Amino acid sequence: MEYELKTPLSREEILKLKVGDTVYVTGEIFTARDEAHARALEWMDEGKELPFSFDRGVVYHCGPLVKKNGEWRVVSAGPTTSARMNPFTPKILEKVECMAIIGKGGMSDEVVNAMRGKAVYLAFTGGAGALASQSIKRVKGVVWEDLGMPEAVWLFEVERFGPCIVAIDAHGNSLYRR
Amino acid sequence: MEYNDVVEAVVFALRKAHTELPDDVVKAIKKAYESEDNEIAKRNLEAILKNIDAAKKLGVPMCQDTGIPVFFVSVGRELCLDFDLKAAIVEGVRKATAEIPLRPNAVHPITRENSGDNTGMNVPQINVDLVEGDELRMVVMPKGAGSENVSALKMMLPTEVNKIKEFVVENVKKAGGKPCPPVFVGVGIGGTFDGAAKLAKKALLKNVLEMDEFELEMLEAVNELGIGPMGLGGKNTALAVLVEMGHCHTASLPVAVNIQCWANRRAEVVLR
Repeated sequence: MEYELKTPLSREEILKLKVGDTVYVTGEIFTARDEAHARALEWMDEGKELPFSFDRGVVYHCGPLVKKNGEWRVVSAGPTTSARMNPFTPKILEKVECMAIIGKGGMSDEVVNAMRGKAVYLAFTGGAGALASQSIKRVKGVVWEDLGMPEAVWLFEVERFGPCIVAIDAHGNSLYRR
Repeated sequence: MEYNDVVEAVVFALRKAHTELPDDVVKAIKKAYESEDNEIAKRNLEAILKNIDAAKKLGVPMCQDTGIPVFFVSVGRELCLDFDLKAAIVEGVRKATAEIPLRPNAVHPITRENSGDNTGMNVPQINVDLVEGDELRMVVMPKGAGSENVSALKMMLPTEVNKIKEFVVENVKKAGGKPCPPVFVGVGIGGTFDGAAKLAKKALLKNVLEMDEFELEMLEAVNELGIGPMGLGGKNTALAVLVEMGHCHTASLPVAVNIQCWANRRAEVVLR
């Protein structure tokens, strides 16, 4: 099946998705990788409000290549290896109503279990940075820029970002388990 | 040949490496696309081929992970280089980072502070070889982290020659979908601890369509894993296994496996 996902997400539409389905994402997504995940958890522990929201949101495991020409422009922005975010993700999932992750390479069994009932993992072709950048319409903002270009959190407005494949669904199924 | 010629040659080579994959690599990916009958595998390979076209057409880096620049420089013995060659290469990397542009990836290993221009302590990595002739040959290989992170080295026993294949296959299996398969597997056999790793990296510079019997045998074993493009299943886990060897100590058998993603980026420039 093919689906169009719009942000903010609802739990109902997340539960509809099954491994092998194709998904296009439209709306606002944000990038986060190792350093941003570590800081987000630190802030959550301290009870500080994050400048972006995992809840009902789409987190993109990506360290984009961007250039500033007056305003920021995305040059190349494919997914990074999601497995590096394995240690942080279950804790984040505890705090959300629902969520989607876009990444590549899959995530651990612990994450697959933590995703049950609320989250999906969408695989975009790794390394396809030039292709991905074509459906990123605008850089809406950047926070935590002190972490450096790859590790900062970039807010993107996307239109039909995809095709993404549902590689882990909210029912405990994963295409990576073989 | 002057300092600035080298700076410009470095910018040229980096731009070419990031926007245009070598012909042999593209051919191998196309062949994989044709051979797959798994729907998801085929769609991932199709996205890769479309991405290669888009990068070339738009003149932008095909992957946002523009890697750490690794140089293999051959210096002909008849050359007279009356300038700082290393400084010229470093300046070329800085210039390329700003102009192409490239993502700044080099960070301090402990503080994680980003240098902002892809240079720093021992970066770019420059390997020098001394050769005959009057040419300065520079090959640049931008190396991404997804594939580098799943590379491995083992000091095997001298009596374990028949276990080399097993070690290679085991590492590709452990890497799973993480290094952006279909991958290229560089294998360094022999040399010393550091030498084997260098041989494995150098192996990735070889033509990916020309494999010997041993390399083909390992490729077949790797592809039996069924990991497939992006780890989502399929026939093509690797597109080539490439070996470089070096003599080693009679008591040693160092073996290194350097994994490279489908974007086996490299470009060569020759100055006289």
